[in-house]
Amino acid sequence: MSTGKYVVVLVGLLLVPWVMAQELKPKLGQPLEKLPQLAIGPSGQGLPLGSGSVEEGAIIYRNQCLACHGPTGRMPGNALAGGIGSLDGASPNKTVGSFWPFATTLFDYIYRAMPYGREKTLRDEEIYAVTAYVLFLNDIVSEKTTLSASSLPEITMPNREGFQSVYQIEAVDRALKIQ
Amino acid sequence: MLPKNGLLNRRTFLAGSAGFLSTAVWASSQKDEPWRFTSGRRMSPYGAPSKYVGLERLQIGGHPLAPEAGASSTPLERLNGIITPNSLHFERHHSGVPDIDPSQHRLRIFGNVQRPVSFGYEDLQRYPLVSKVLFIECSGNSYANTLPTALDKSAGELNGLLSCAEWTGIPLRQLLEEAGYDPKSDWVVAEGADAAGMNRSVPLSLALEDAMIALYQNGEPLRAEQGFPMRLLVPGCEGNLSIKWLRSLEVRKNPAHTREETSKYTDLLKDGSANQFSLRMGVKSIITAPSGKMQLPDHGVYEITGLAWSGHGAVKTVEVSADGGRSWRAAEIQSEPGLYRPTRFRLPWRWEGQPAVLQSRAVDSSGNRQPTRSGALANAAPGFTYHYNGIQSWGVDQQGRVSNVYR
Ligand code: HEC
Repeated sequence: MSTGKYVVVLVGLLLVPWVMAQELKPKLGQPLEKLPQLAIGPSGQGLPLGSGSVEEGAIIYRNQCLACHGPTGRMPGNALAGGIGSLDGASPNKTVGSFWPFATTLFDYIYRAMPYGREKTLRDEEIYAVTAYVLFLNDIVSEKTTLSASSLPEITMPNREGFQSVYQIEAVDRALKIQ
Repeated sequence: MLPKNGLLNRRTFLAGSAGFLSTAVWASSQKDEPWRFTSGRRMSPYGAPSKYVGLERLQIGGHPLAPEAGASSTPLERLNGIITPNSLHFERHHSGVPDIDPSQHRLRIFGNVQRPVSFGYEDLQRYPLVSKVLFIECSGNSYANTLPTALDKSAGELNGLLSCAEWTGIPLRQLLEEAGYDPKSDWVVAEGADAAGMNRSVPLSLALEDAMIALYQNGEPLRAEQGFPMRLLVPGCEGNLSIKWLRSLEVRKNPAHTREETSKYTDLLKDGSANQFSLRMGVKSIITAPSGKMQLPDHGVYEITGLAWSGHGAVKTVEVSADGGRSWRAAEIQSEPGLYRPTRFRLPWRWEGQPAVLQSRAVDSSGNRQPTRSGALANAAPGFTYHYNGIQSWGVDQQGRVSNVYR
């Protein structure tokens, strides 16, 4: 037998377990026709069309948020605003304005989780509007602001540089220790 | 001779207990044990604990404005071994426990994949399943011990956002491969079907390594509180990453920086910066008996016992101190060590009325050592809330009352 044939036989033998393993997979996934909503990250990819203003947001806030977050978003224990500059002090106050690194997170979170008890009832324009209003309560945007898919990711939050991702560092540490 | 700290060698403890006292009593005390003379109750479709046991979750509490958003703790001090019974697994929900009909629930995989797919509950049952005994710990566990004054609470009230179960499910890698995930992506965003729509970015490396879609918990389908019909389980990592009621997985290049990985579950440091994606839970141990709020009934020999676990591997050693950390003795590790599997440790101790401070400290297979309380808080900002794994100290006073103390 020539070397060529050996190679063919060898490759064949190696393929047998692979082919068998392939056959043992149930593969029951159905093609997805309707794609779910993307999580809205800093790039803003997946943000819907439409827009909303601080002015419209003020009304939505008063009717649907104020009871739980206070007239200016400073309800103790459930604050959305205030605390800017307090993070390295004696009593840090972590709020959207003082702590959150990205404004897109606000859209993503309000979209899925607020108003509490009536989740996912806001229309896209209303989410833009109330997002703008919460940013206004934090003096991050002016009262004339309108937000949309293009302007929301452009906002720079005060604590934008405040985080370090430790996951990669940990992963390396771990690999070194296990060696 | 008895060492001053009272810590004993476990072998002597076990061997020394054989003594004979046989006084035969001839059927004279019959009426004391009535259950010996009449048939008991019949079989039942779903068992329940003895009415004399009365175990309950602790610290059941919700947000004042949103009572369904809250937590409850496992009564660690009343359990033994390493497994948490399903009814007592700790809970943390952000908008209550949804009542999901599995026939209407689907798991969707999309984003950077060749074939966006969805799976029904029954479909997933047909995949090859694996079982693993794993802890889940909320990253807010033991938060009370970061506060300036030690609260007089029990082991479970303080540290019971920790539970352990045998989880059975599908390795997530299989489903990601079926969807044809893009290997150049680095993250998977998992989303729950609860009203909070809880979502977290999970490193793709963890998703491929040992994450699973869990369908069973201690042998039975998941409890609703634990994510029925299916949950993500990322071994060794903070509980919040293991999204319950899992409805979608989006493969993507970058993390989404969701609210739960920015506003919450990040670690604020003294300099005002915060650690993000501190996902693995640190090595930790807790003495569950004798522990907070217990009363030692009399002088004599007790078994010090507790749980140890690590998100960085397996528990290697546990040492116990009875004098607030001046001297230490190795405890016996009683359960088979395994990755992310808690171990039960035990060590006998003689108490003759001496004031004592009981502590335990663990070392894991990656060489991490459990820090002291002050070590764990060294870089933490005031109001630091997450990933606290400092040594737990239990003070025993001359009357035998046990309470939470700081050392
Ligand atoms: C019934 C009370 C209630 C109402 C109404 C409500 N919220 Fe909330 N909100 C909460 C609670 C409770 C939380 C904390 C939830 C948690 O931690 O899981 C919260 C959290 C938030 C957060 C995250 C805060 C942080 O720092 O992480 C934002 C942003 C928010 N709400 C915005 C809104 C907006 C905008 C509205 C109105 C459209 C609204 N909420 C209406 C109760 C409410």
